[in-house]
Amino acid sequence: MRPKAWIVVLSALLAALHLAILAAGFIAPYDAASQNRDLSYAPPTHVHLRDASGWHLPFVYRWIPDPDGYREDTSTRYPIHFFTRGEAHKILWIFPSNLHLFGVDEPGRILIAGADSFGRDEFSRLLYGGQISLAVGLLATFITLAAATVVGTVAGYFGKWADEFLMALGELFLCLPWFYFLVGARAFLPLHVSAAGTFLLLIIVIGIIGWARPARLIRGIVLSARNRNYVLAARGFGGSNFYLLRRHILPETFAILLTQAALLIPQYVAAEATLSFFGLGVSEPVPSWGNMLSALQQYNVLVSYFWLLAPAAALVITSVMYWLLADVLHHWIQSHSIN
Amino acid sequence: MRSIARLTVVVCLLAASGWAAAPAPAAINSSEDLQRQDGDVGQYGGRLVIGQRAEPKTLNPVTATDAVSREVIGRCHADLISINRMSQKTEPALAESWKTSPDGRSFTLKLRKGIRFSDGQPFDADDVVFSFNLYLDEAIGSPQRDLLVMDGKPLVVTKLDQYTVRFTLPRPYAAAERLFDGLAMLPKHLLEKSYHEGHFAQAWSLNSAPAEIAGLGPFRLKQYVTGQRIVLERNPYYWKADRNNQRLPYLDELVFLFVGGEDQQVMRFEAGETDMVSRLSSENYSLLTKEQSRSGWQLADLGPSLEYNFLVFNLNDVNAGKMGEIARKQAWFRDLKFRQAASAAIDRDSIVRLVYGTRGTALWGNVGPGDKLWMNQSIPHPQRSLDAARQLLKSAGFSWNGSGQLLDPSGKPVEFTIVTSSSNTQRIKMATLIQDDLSHLGMQVHVVPLDFRAMLDRVFQSFDYEAAIMGLGGGDPDPNPEMNVWMSNGATHIWHLNEAQPATSWEREIDTLMQQQMITLNYAKRKQLYDRVQQIIAENVPFIFLATPDVLVGAKSQIGNFHPAVLDHYTLWNADQLYLRAATRGVERAGIR
Repeated sequence: MRPKAWIVVLSALLAALHLAILAAGFIAPYDAASQNRDLSYAPPTHVHLRDASGWHLPFVYRWIPDPDGYREDTSTRYPIHFFTRGEAHKILWIFPSNLHLFGVDEPGRILIAGADSFGRDEFSRLLYGGQISLAVGLLATFITLAAATVVGTVAGYFGKWADEFLMALGELFLCLPWFYFLVGARAFLPLHVSAAGTFLLLIIVIGIIGWARPARLIRGIVLSARNRNYVLAARGFGGSNFYLLRRHILPETFAILLTQAALLIPQYVAAEATLSFFGLGVSEPVPSWGNMLSALQQYNVLVSYFWLLAPAAALVITSVMYWLLADVLHHWIQSHSIN
Repeated sequence: MRSIARLTVVVCLLAASGWAAAPAPAAINSSEDLQRQDGDVGQYGGRLVIGQRAEPKTLNPVTATDAVSREVIGRCHADLISINRMSQKTEPALAESWKTSPDGRSFTLKLRKGIRFSDGQPFDADDVVFSFNLYLDEAIGSPQRDLLVMDGKPLVVTKLDQYTVRFTLPRPYAAAERLFDGLAMLPKHLLEKSYHEGHFAQAWSLNSAPAEIAGLGPFRLKQYVTGQRIVLERNPYYWKADRNNQRLPYLDELVFLFVGGEDQQVMRFEAGETDMVSRLSSENYSLLTKEQSRSGWQLADLGPSLEYNFLVFNLNDVNAGKMGEIARKQAWFRDLKFRQAASAAIDRDSIVRLVYGTRGTALWGNVGPGDKLWMNQSIPHPQRSLDAARQLLKSAGFSWNGSGQLLDPSGKPVEFTIVTSSSNTQRIKMATLIQDDLSHLGMQVHVVPLDFRAMLDRVFQSFDYEAAIMGLGGGDPDPNPEMNVWMSNGATHIWHLNEAQPATSWEREIDTLMQQQMITLNYAKRKQLYDRVQQIIAENVPFIFLATPDVLVGAKSQIGNFHPAVLDHYTLWNADQLYLRAATRGVERAGIR
């Protein structure tokens, strides 16, 4: 495929993914917090088309507990309905609705990706969790890289005391004992932080911790680009600092920014789980990919309930798509600028 | 050819250094007053490997505070009187008999004669007096000191002759012989110097040479490898023998590997690298049961433990200026009906099912069914009832708005946070279930997992919390260790610390009853008093008791005399009698690392 086609396909896929996550309330069959205590660790429901009486439209059976986990209760069929009424939710946090893309009649339950320890629908949690995780991951990456670009450029281009000061500051941030710092920081915050507050907090904490490393990378590139012959020539022709940075130096950093972004997004989504450990993350019952993944830190969960790996799969797929997009964009821009 | 011969020599030498070095049990001398143990007669030899969650911090029994250190230390030392882990009653140990004076204040102990420390030096009354001086010395700050000081006065130890010691208590104390359990008797000849020079607290660290350390336990220190393991070897002079008059212990070596958390303990056990696991979570236990038919492990569910998990509301006197929000909410928390309503709405069966995978027991009081001697059977176990909870809230002046939100008598919505330790997944699960249960009453509950130490700081120091989920208990089934929880001036009186006076009439009554039971020597009378305490606690709900996990343990099938108990240490309490069955020992030896 040509790079342009790749870009279109990947962008479309990513757009679809983000739309699905934005419209979580509509696509998810259940509320992310609604527990069903008889379905603790229930596996994904099987969708059937056929039973003893012949072919039917897609339907599911109920899970009933069994000494070895769960088995299907084949006495009643629960057909899958589309555009059905169910639990109330809000589309885009504003418009109240109870319309869902699909669902089954109570007491049947459709669990596409199984259930967690509280019997909550993993698929619904995945969609709702994506809202926070992706927003945090993308925004924090953007903020980190923006700060890193400013700091790195100033340090690398202007050098001297600005360089010394900014890089010393960066080193200070890299060697801070974050564990104690975060425990201390938590003590100053109110016990319960609202969802919006948590969101801001996560971005700020991740941004503060994260800027130093990419800033050093960018500084290195700016430093080496500054003394290239074509830059010196441009300067000789009277180019201003701003012109030199914009036209010749910052484009050099573009590749590293893209690869950094591709690496940082999944890292930051997972970082949220670590921060939950200090009471700084998203707390129960609100899902995020990070806190869903933290259930897998228990050995028995990891080896017994494969469907709880769904957030990891979602994270990998999203990251790979971003990474590929960054890659093809990079190539496309390069080939474009040569032409 | 020659190289092969050399290799064989090297292999033999390695095997010799790694194995045969364990000392043979010393021949039994007729002047030794050995204790005969019942139980299967085992075979000598072999090593038992245990995975530990962390590394011990010290080998000093007087200053050790953490469970991991005590797990190792407990195998190297012995006490005067022990609590039998199976019967939960006291039995003779280093003291072969004792007499209590009629007023219950004085104990005269007869020590075993002719027995020796693990370095071969004799043990007598001087060592006992010396050991108690260490425990009582304020400068050393032993955690056991609190037990031995009553009303600010220490117990007095007097040597009557070489093998007789008298203990005099400042006041009568029920079941005082239980105090001796776990108090290690130490060698005066090894520790006297460092004590007099004032650096006893640094003695017997992990870096001490094995020759500097001796005890009366079944094992003694052989080797410590930083970050990896601690190896104990047989104490050749141990003072117990089996029915056939063979000196215990059977095992040559006991090895503690430092593996990390509980999951790592389970993985190592599954992989066959360790021989026993204790304090398993129910999830890990069911994981192991799935493989049991193939592996032939001995897995045991010993029934309810003595630990109790509870939800507690902050009833401390908080500074209304600094913590106005908490002070406002305390109006609800102080209302008995509010606490009763919360208790009625909590679905304890779900907790047992989802948190403990049915390997646990719901609780309605501080003494659970694991405590055979003290549980008050008449405490009611009401079923979960949202209707009853709503009735209680209504009669306390609470109401509901159109969207089902609970409003307090002044019309403000009921919303509070529950803090719990972020490293304890089981308690976070409980909190999440309770959050959902209470949402059916229209209460908005937020779960805030905090770093364990940060949480303790809020609960015990700053009082900056609204409600917490915690756990207590697990040691001795006797009521006396619970004194610090239920006495209004107790250090663990969590819901309301530092009370100068009992804050309520029922706390005053508990104070009186607890003090009375402490000086009542008759079991039936004590039980009556403690039953009443349990009843008052259940009626006034200072804690909302949730559930207790079962004690779950496992061991390889070839381990003989495996008799786990619900009391600490669950599996190693009879380490002196554990042995490896012959058929498998060869395989074990081949696997020497």
